[in-house]
Amino acid sequence: MIHENKAFKLLTYFIMAFLVCSCVIPFVILISSSFSSEASLANFGYGLFPKEFSLKAYEYIGGVKSDILHAYLMSFIYTAVGTIINVILSLLFAYPLSVKDLPGRKIISFFLFFTMLFNGGFVPTYLIYSKIFHINDSPAAMIVPYLLMNPFFVIMIRTYMTTNIPTEVLEAGRIDGAGEGKLLYKVVLPMSKPIIGTVALMTAIAYWNNWTNGIYFLTIRRDLYGIQNYLNQVLSNVQFLATHSAGFVSVDSIPNVSIRMALAVIAVLPVLIAYPFFQKTFVAGITVGSVKG
Amino acid sequence: MKKRKIALKDLRRFSALYIMLIPGIIYLLINNYMPMAGLVLAFKKVNYQIGIFQSPWTGLSNFKYLFSTKDAAQFFRNTILYNLAFILLGNLLGLIVAISLDSIKQKFFKKMSQTIILFPYLLSTVIVSYIVFAFLSGKNGFMNMTILPLFGIDPISWYNEPSHWPVILTITFLWMSFGYSSILYYSTLIGIDKSLYEAAVVDGAGVWAQIKFITIPAMKTTVITLVLMAVGRICYSDFGLFYQVPMNSGMLYSTTQTIDTYVYRGLLELNDIGRSTAAGFLQSVFGFICVVTANTVVRKLDEDSSLF
Repeated sequence: MIHENKAFKLLTYFIMAFLVCSCVIPFVILISSSFSSEASLANFGYGLFPKEFSLKAYEYIGGVKSDILHAYLMSFIYTAVGTIINVILSLLFAYPLSVKDLPGRKIISFFLFFTMLFNGGFVPTYLIYSKIFHINDSPAAMIVPYLLMNPFFVIMIRTYMTTNIPTEVLEAGRIDGAGEGKLLYKVVLPMSKPIIGTVALMTAIAYWNNWTNGIYFLTIRRDLYGIQNYLNQVLSNVQFLATHSAGFVSVDSIPNVSIRMALAVIAVLPVLIAYPFFQKTFVAGITVGSVKG
Repeated sequence: MKKRKIALKDLRRFSALYIMLIPGIIYLLINNYMPMAGLVLAFKKVNYQIGIFQSPWTGLSNFKYLFSTKDAAQFFRNTILYNLAFILLGNLLGLIVAISLDSIKQKFFKKMSQTIILFPYLLSTVIVSYIVFAFLSGKNGFMNMTILPLFGIDPISWYNEPSHWPVILTITFLWMSFGYSSILYYSTLIGIDKSLYEAAVVDGAGVWAQIKFITIPAMKTTVITLVLMAVGRICYSDFGLFYQVPMNSGMLYSTTQTIDTYVYRGLLELNDIGRSTAAGFLQSVFGFICVVTANTVVRKLDEDSSLF
């Protein structure tokens, strides 16, 4: 810690206060406009405080618009299923790689690692998933491509296992006649809980925030949209109307400003509520994953 | 006899471990290795009726077609220049914030700052685009309705004027990511031996001298590593930032088009698959060269920080 003089101290407080405000103000604008009446938004624009308080937007969402809740539910399902499969796949891959005498371990590690250096990019990935495996317009499109197993997380878990689980513990289990599957489930899994928590959290955030798979693969089945794609569609329609005055999109199908902002607030809410509880795990994920897995 | 028995036991053990690897291997083959093989499509004229891999070869015509317009130069330039700006400003800001955080002694303010600056990093690009839209919307955006009138400036039609977007996108990127880089740098900073600073103060060092001779040297490896890792990804861009935040506005392509948005638009919006495959091929190959080069340099400087 730097031993500072008054001016420096003031400067650091000023910098942090400024940046903290820059992070908070956009949310304040978002939330305040979701509680504003439509007329006040039209007259005064987005502001820091609601000029005319109104709950209409939330009443609307809670009332008629069941497709919003549907999209919300889909996001929860994708996040839960994707995260569970990801954790299982990653554990199953990481554990054998942590067993030092496994023949071919180096080759398999390289097989995994090489995918972090080189990739085919969007076009071949898209064509293979859509023209060979035909996952377009199915729930699998939201879960499988890109996100199902992150090589980086596998390496993180493997490193955690090799450094935190003593070989003696595993050897003792083997002498007692436990198979590798049982060892993984009864010994390795409980001992790897912290890293599994970190990986599960990072994966869950990635799934919750994912919307690219939706615009890549869900072109017809809009009913499979998660909340992010739903929001994306709403905003695109608004912009489309703004640029093409006589558009193909009917005006009625577009929620007005306050409802759009309320939608955004609702999409952020789960993360916002959960964040204080997972902050420590999240920071651990950033710092562990950063330099070397 | 005894030796064989052990070998048999190991064999059973290893086969159980290999079975565990199978699901992951299958996923990597589908999600990662098949697309690598798919890079040959850049040299084919893709025809969905015949089947993508059975399509006829066309040599370099996709590449000639790609470079026949001025688009290619534009999106390659955009990708590289944005990345350079992001790397330079992102790391600089990260360092400044980390040093500030480290110097703040008031516990509540410190904790609160650490919590809040990470928040933008948790948002999806869609939400970020909503926030940007709330600021820049032509009719009732915060900028046009509240900020610009304060300075007596006329409303600006943000989504139609490309010249503003290098600044907008850079600010958006910094806003989304500075919490992440700050926390990374901060975790290195708190590892610095405090007695070094005390000794420096005894020797009469001021704040800048302490930063220059203690903080910066201690952070050098982390900075170099992070910068080089980012340089390794200089051919890639955040698709959402360049596609969704500018609202996919065609008027803005000259300053918002990057390789990733070009490839996506070519394939799914314009049905121009030849140019897309060619651009994607160049991205993958240059991307690979950049990663390997960057990593080689990192390894020379500090073996522990290198990726391989």
